[in-house]
Amino acid sequence: MKIKILSIIILLAGLFGVTVKAQVKLTGAGSTFDYPIFSKWFDSYNKMTGVQINYASIGSGGGIQQVTTGTVDFGASDAPLTEEQMNNFKGKRGTEVVHIPIIMGGVAITYNLPSVGQGIKLDGETLADIYLGKIYKWNDPRIVKLNPGKNLPNQAIIVAHRSEGSGTTFIFTSYLSKVSPEWARRCGVSTSVNWPVGLGAKGTEGVAGIIAQTKGAIGYIELAYAKQNNLPYCQMKNKAGNFIDVNFNTVSEAAAGAVKNMPKDLRAVITNADGKSSYPICGFSWVVIPKDIKNNSHAEALVKFLKWAVTKGQADATSLYYAPLPKPVQKLDLEKLNSITSNGKKL
Amino acid sequence: MYSSSILSIKKFGWGFLTSSTWDPFSEVFGALPMIYGTLVSSLLGLIIAIPLGLGVAVFLSELAPSWLEKPLSFLTELLAGIPSVIYGLWGIFVLVPWLRDSVEPFLQNEFPNSPFFQGAPYGFGMLAAAIILSIMVLPIISSISRDVLKSVPNSQREAAYALGATKWEVTKIVLSYAKSGLLGAIILGLGRAIGETMAVTMVIGNRPQISTSLLAPGYTMASVLANEFTEATSDLYLNSLIELALVLFVITIIINIFARLLVWSTERKWKLSPM
Repeated sequence: MKIKILSIIILLAGLFGVTVKAQVKLTGAGSTFDYPIFSKWFDSYNKMTGVQINYASIGSGGGIQQVTTGTVDFGASDAPLTEEQMNNFKGKRGTEVVHIPIIMGGVAITYNLPSVGQGIKLDGETLADIYLGKIYKWNDPRIVKLNPGKNLPNQAIIVAHRSEGSGTTFIFTSYLSKVSPEWARRCGVSTSVNWPVGLGAKGTEGVAGIIAQTKGAIGYIELAYAKQNNLPYCQMKNKAGNFIDVNFNTVSEAAAGAVKNMPKDLRAVITNADGKSSYPICGFSWVVIPKDIKNNSHAEALVKFLKWAVTKGQADATSLYYAPLPKPVQKLDLEKLNSITSNGKKL
Repeated sequence: MYSSSILSIKKFGWGFLTSSTWDPFSEVFGALPMIYGTLVSSLLGLIIAIPLGLGVAVFLSELAPSWLEKPLSFLTELLAGIPSVIYGLWGIFVLVPWLRDSVEPFLQNEFPNSPFFQGAPYGFGMLAAAIILSIMVLPIISSISRDVLKSVPNSQREAAYALGATKWEVTKIVLSYAKSGLLGAIILGLGRAIGETMAVTMVIGNRPQISTSLLAPGYTMASVLANEFTEATSDLYLNSLIELALVLFVITIIINIFARLLVWSTERKWKLSPM
């Protein structure tokens, strides 16, 4: 009897021992925006390779903090790290931080004007002035001028925005700052800003709720959400002067347009990008990792996973309403990932 | 909490409590609009909820026949069990459109010059938050008050009836007997209102501003914390949020002390001059 129990224990111990050895467990934390595609990736990657990845979607700020202190293997953020944060990272980890663009998101400008319907045209300055409270009627001459033939009502514009910090807000405000000097001066670029006018709502669904219920409302929401719910959205005038619908192609186009001027550290904010048919309000989401990773097995597993995610993994993007990274950006990502070292040695 | 908000305390000092700018981009943080929003929305909610809650309690304990009392008190207590997100959703889909389309235009027509009803009727705003809070606080006030009233000894009622008091006079006597318990119920309700986060966030409009108009959007401390804590990227921002939590904590303590004093003083009065 005793021998039987003993042998079972040994067998179990052996089993666990083996599984522990075969599995590397990676941990990450950060952006909530990335969470849906991350969980899909982690699941399919786990099935393929046995590598387990745990991710806590605690928000970009928390992700940056945790990767800076080294409690997780990677952080995910919708906004690139500031100089101050990068210096802080270097001070704490003794190595530089690397930004890997991992997926793209577009921001749709939606509105509620049943009498007008789909496809109001706007340009950046007009949109900024709406959000600054300088344009407050839908039949303002500047909106009318952009929309010949559309019968715009004499209706107050009710501005809606996100009340919590969010990557979507970062992309949106970075666009407004690029097209309107006044916005850049008064409000700036951040995951949450001091809004001059409007109603704040929590989450994409909150903003969409305000818009759906309030005649004359306008707001910015993630492309995915706008598509899923068939909300009307604006055609935005891009840098080249064309009015562009928001969809996966025009968003990826914007990234491709930005590749030429891509900074070395890949911290590119690609709002108002060049390119004939690129949509102006969109951006990357980043995974941030240390350039030199102490733990060799973690380093190998992490880099392998990220390489898979920025190439094959992108096929999952559109089904979850993200925009995939265009080929040139994937190439830059791979180059960047090849430069990651473990204790000074190449992987 | 003090030690993790040291950055913002050093930078802003007392100005944190008196400044009304909340600008995460230029990192200027002032908590006044949120303090104002928290106090006003809670007090307004309480002003609506107290008469209703006490009315329900008096009806249930003194007037209602017993076949009505059980199901009614069950229903009011059920209100307390609904998660606040559900209240928030109800607020967005039912209360806010109703306020926007009927109540607020009506108020503006009736009181065109009142400073309390100025501005565009969004629906979202202080008034919506106060109404949501009053509904959430109502079951707390009414069920505790009912229990307090029930525990008033029947001899009190019988004595009053024996002296020829009418039903209304008896109710008044019971109420004054139960005063300190009723105060306790109200203070508990206030505590709930001040700390309420989700439902308020969903209907208040989330704008850090101080406006006398009840139709204008506002912000409360709990909402700011819920909204901005996860994505607060800089240390100063995070510190300011923690300081805000500290302020909320201090305000709750002050209210509790105040409540204690109030209960204590009514009890003392009662002891000095029993009935």
